[in-house]
Amino acid sequence: MTMSWKTWLARAAVAGGMALAAGAATAQETIKVGILHSLSGTMAISETTLKDAMLMLIEEQNRKGGLLGKKLEAVVVDPASNWPLFAEKARELIAKDKVTAVFGCWTSVSRKSVLPVFKELNSVLFYPVQYEGEESERNVFYTGAAPNQQAIPAVDYLMKEEKVERWVLEGTDYVYPRTTNKILEAYLKSKGVKAEDISINYTPFGQSDWQSRVSSIKSFGSAGKKTAVVSTVNGDANVPFYKELANQGVKATDIPVVAFSVGEEELAGIDTKPLVGHLAAWNYFMSIDTPANKDFIAKWHAFTKNPKRVTNDPMEAHYIGFNMWVKAVEKAGTTDPDKVIDALPGTKQANLTGGTSEMLPNHHITKPVFIGEIKDNGQFDVVWKTEGLIPGEAWSKQLDGSKDLEADWVKLKCGNYNTKTGKCGGA
Amino acid sequence: MRRWLALLLALCCAALAVPAAAQSPADAAYGRLASDSYGDIEAGIAALATTGDPRAGAVLRALADGRLLYRADDRALAIRDGAALADARTGAALASADGFKPVRVNNRVRRAIDAATGTLNLVAPDPATRRAAAEAVFKARDAAALPALDAAIARETDAGLRRTLQEARAAALLARPGTPEIDRLGAVDALRERGDGDAMALLRGLAADPAQSVRDAAARAIAGIETRLAIVANVQNAWYGISLGSVLLLAAIGLAITFGVMGIINMAHGEMVMLGAYTTFLVQEGFRRSAPDLFDWSLPIAIPLAFLAAGAVGVLIERLVIRHLYGRPLETLLATWGISLILQQAVRSVFGPTNREVGAPSYMSGAFDLFGLSITWGRLWIVVFAMAVFVGLNLILKATSFGLKTRAVTQNRRMAAAMGIRTPWVDAMTFGLGSGIAGIAGVALSQIDNVSPNLGQGYIIDSFLVVVFGGVGNLWGTLVAALSLGVANKFLEPYAGAVLGKILLLVFIILFIQKRPRGLFALKGRAVES
Repeated sequence: MTMSWKTWLARAAVAGGMALAAGAATAQETIKVGILHSLSGTMAISETTLKDAMLMLIEEQNRKGGLLGKKLEAVVVDPASNWPLFAEKARELIAKDKVTAVFGCWTSVSRKSVLPVFKELNSVLFYPVQYEGEESERNVFYTGAAPNQQAIPAVDYLMKEEKVERWVLEGTDYVYPRTTNKILEAYLKSKGVKAEDISINYTPFGQSDWQSRVSSIKSFGSAGKKTAVVSTVNGDANVPFYKELANQGVKATDIPVVAFSVGEEELAGIDTKPLVGHLAAWNYFMSIDTPANKDFIAKWHAFTKNPKRVTNDPMEAHYIGFNMWVKAVEKAGTTDPDKVIDALPGTKQANLTGGTSEMLPNHHITKPVFIGEIKDNGQFDVVWKTEGLIPGEAWSKQLDGSKDLEADWVKLKCGNYNTKTGKCGGA
Repeated sequence: MRRWLALLLALCCAALAVPAAAQSPADAAYGRLASDSYGDIEAGIAALATTGDPRAGAVLRALADGRLLYRADDRALAIRDGAALADARTGAALASADGFKPVRVNNRVRRAIDAATGTLNLVAPDPATRRAAAEAVFKARDAAALPALDAAIARETDAGLRRTLQEARAAALLARPGTPEIDRLGAVDALRERGDGDAMALLRGLAADPAQSVRDAAARAIAGIETRLAIVANVQNAWYGISLGSVLLLAAIGLAITFGVMGIINMAHGEMVMLGAYTTFLVQEGFRRSAPDLFDWSLPIAIPLAFLAAGAVGVLIERLVIRHLYGRPLETLLATWGISLILQQAVRSVFGPTNREVGAPSYMSGAFDLFGLSITWGRLWIVVFAMAVFVGLNLILKATSFGLKTRAVTQNRRMAAAMGIRTPWVDAMTFGLGSGIAGIAGVALSQIDNVSPNLGQGYIIDSFLVVVFGGVGNLWGTLVAALSLGVANKFLEPYAGAVLGKILLLVFIILFIQKRPRGLFALKGRAVES
């Protein structure tokens, strides 16, 4: 049995390889774009949508006449939510398929896993998801939000509008929530919040039994001060979390929950009627009424042939990143990674919410921040937004190790320049 | 209350009659509602509630439901009812919806609506509405509600409701500056009797009270409530443990058949659970399309269908793959793991990678209060359901001829074959039974977890843990193991945190298995040797 399995696998691999080779032979005069998103495994739930969004953007660009007179060709691989496989697939895309840029990754650990590959083979990665910051690499362009573009404005909103004095920082146990919560804790303390008014908790990935946590949030919230929950709970664990909140009657008017990883896509699996009023902070909401956004949603529905598909924040990030890459390639007149990397900072692209985002020298972009309240139809109603666009900070000003660091790939040519010691190379 | 309303109405009319007063208070309140500033809307709500305008209730309800529209240029307000549009101030029908936008609502506005409708509903005819209103007023702690509360207390006939009203009055009294000391002491008493977290929050606010007697009374009341809440917290933990245990039991009991009784390491067990959950989704979709009124029946109907669907897939797997691999546990493990990946990807291709919405029927939504314990209906039903499945499965194995044959085959295959039992058929049916039970578990789990292709993966490890800990081949062991793991987990969680709690439990089970490799309830006698 094992033998036959192995031969079967080997045959499948050979067949697949031949198909790829055939594809490469027929498409001579194209510019290849790599798409590195999990299509199977735990992260498929979030990443498949991004693959579709990229295919749509590439198809649209081709309809406009392609790039530098050539057609664009998408090369899709499936890293299957397996972090080491991300690195292997990235290497395959760059070295074997000779893609000129890669759009991909969702989790921070997958990004960290592909970093050495992009450095070694000198290619370009566009990373579309909000993340914990504390990083700026020459080969990576971060089109998602840094903590100062999501977490800090959300906390400011709760302090000002909801007069929150007591905080539960609830997260899934991995690097993004832990770093974000560290930044938030330092920020809250700098605003005069006492240590006993902050409760930090972590639960494992895929936590499905939230009874005790929700009940202790309730009792933490009954200390006579207005309490809010800042949730960095990841993907799959959110549905049972929100179901339990609804069942135990934690209403947004009593204890609002503001989430950084819950978007339109995640709400698709829940009945949102009991959740009306809970909040999310993003740089984009599907419900934002601008001509560009309407146009984008219409194209998305037409492309997926499904008028019910929702759009979300990381999709907009890919939209911005892809168009910036197109502009940079046109400006450089070539897809050569070094030239494109130099051309990207300063590139401007209208986002879908009415502003113009700009690629900064630290490889992050400027973005508006919106606070939305969950509505009963699974969409968000924007209740607050920042004035103007917020530039992304690679290094948090709240943390001791990163306060003095600066990322600037234009003048300093360095991702972690220490302003105290005047040297490139971190703290 | 009525007299009070009438008085206010009369006042309004008087105000209208005087030409110098250009705007009645109600008009002013409506004017503030027609705004896009949350601050204005909030102030308008509070003002509207005190005007006593007879249309205030309807307007606030419409606002809460997002059916209140406004026009910015002339500050007109309208209520949308289906397709019809009516002027909010007069109730007259409006012809065109031109220029109208919904009045925006956020948490601040929602809180104001709750407080205002609470005041208005204190004299509602329906006791449930009155109770909700009293609770809303309690939460609002608004001194302005005091006259309405006094009037409501005087009218109220239901003793329980009157107590809730008194509590709301106590909260309002404490919020009003300049309440006499004796009234504050009375309020502390009322809150002590209430004895829950909300009451404690209010009492804590009295730490800075000017009167020593009030401070002491509040401190005593807080100490009393704390003791009570500590006891409640322990009972609550036990209940949460039982509830988690019943989920583990549901997930594991099918495995107790396939792994425990038949000895097949079935890595695709979680996917049977997933198939059950998707069956529930399909049944609910059918109900949503064709008979939305009967939605509450979707779960009872999904149960047999999920059993059949998952059971059929189970029989298919057994006939096509597993029967060729009996006696080769490693190969079975690999093959079933492969099957689990195939099933996940198949479901992903058919239904898409995103979560599917499975709704909760009305009898499984919400929670009820039992001596300060908050018990959610959904969890209660799952506990009941898990026990029913356990009893049913025991009956099948112990009291039917199929159960007898199953036990005979698993205990001594050759002897059973010699007695004329078709052992391959029994194998397939037993595997189908275990898979079907897993499908039923999926119906229950769809109520508390994501319905996504990964649903099963979250339960497979826990299921094996329960079966091994309880003792392979023993349903009672599975029951005891599931419940004790659930309860231990929930008592560890508040102290150690969810992550460390899980690690501690794993370490404990590893040590336990070292000591007793056959689990809690080891089979004795000749069955062990075979």
